[in-house]
Amino acid sequence: MNLALSHFTTVILFAIFASIIFGITQRSSPRAMVRYGAYCFALFLAAVVAASWVMYFIRH
Amino acid sequence: MMAQREDAAKKTADSKTNRLGYMALIAGWLIPGAGHLLLKRWVRGALILASISCMFVLGIMMGARLYAPNTADLLDMLGFLGDLGSGLLYLVGHGLGLGQAPVQVVTADYGAKFVVVAGLLNLIAAVDAHSIAVGRKP
Repeated sequence: MNLALSHFTTVILFAIFASIIFGITQRSSPRAMVRYGAYCFALFLAAVVAASWVMYFIRH
Repeated sequence: MMAQREDAAKKTADSKTNRLGYMALIAGWLIPGAGHLLLKRWVRGALILASISCMFVLGIMMGARLYAPNTADLLDMLGFLGDLGSGLLYLVGHGLGLGQAPVQVVTADYGAKFVVVAGLLNLIAAVDAHSIAVGRKP
């Protein structure tokens, strides 16, 4: 039972689940929860893309 | 006389609220989302249940190692506390002997992080259910 996901897929899944929990727990109204969840997801993605480019330039 | 009766009623209501708060906290820790479901927050409870369970199961499927109770290394102890946050998911998984195989692939380390973070997120969700139950959060 070994699931072999790519690094990017893994981090996307991680970001989705973590953002859902952050949205639900850190805001009070449903609308604010959705907005905050989307914000967290966007931040996760931006951080991953930025870190990937940093690693690319370190490597080259 | 009226004031005494009002005080008694208020104390009873406070005691009920406190009891419900602790029940939501413990239920939320044992079963992800159960605290919110207990408070009739159906959608939130279902989303928490789905997210935490998926994270835990994906982590195990990636070959994660489940930390056992230990007093060896500080990081291992913290890993165990994180894993324990998943409540019954961890206890059942550990009981079934999941996550005991030696790590052979690089994604297994990601899997271990998935499981630890699932536990920590579940603790946040359980505390959130307690806050809703005691009226600190709408």
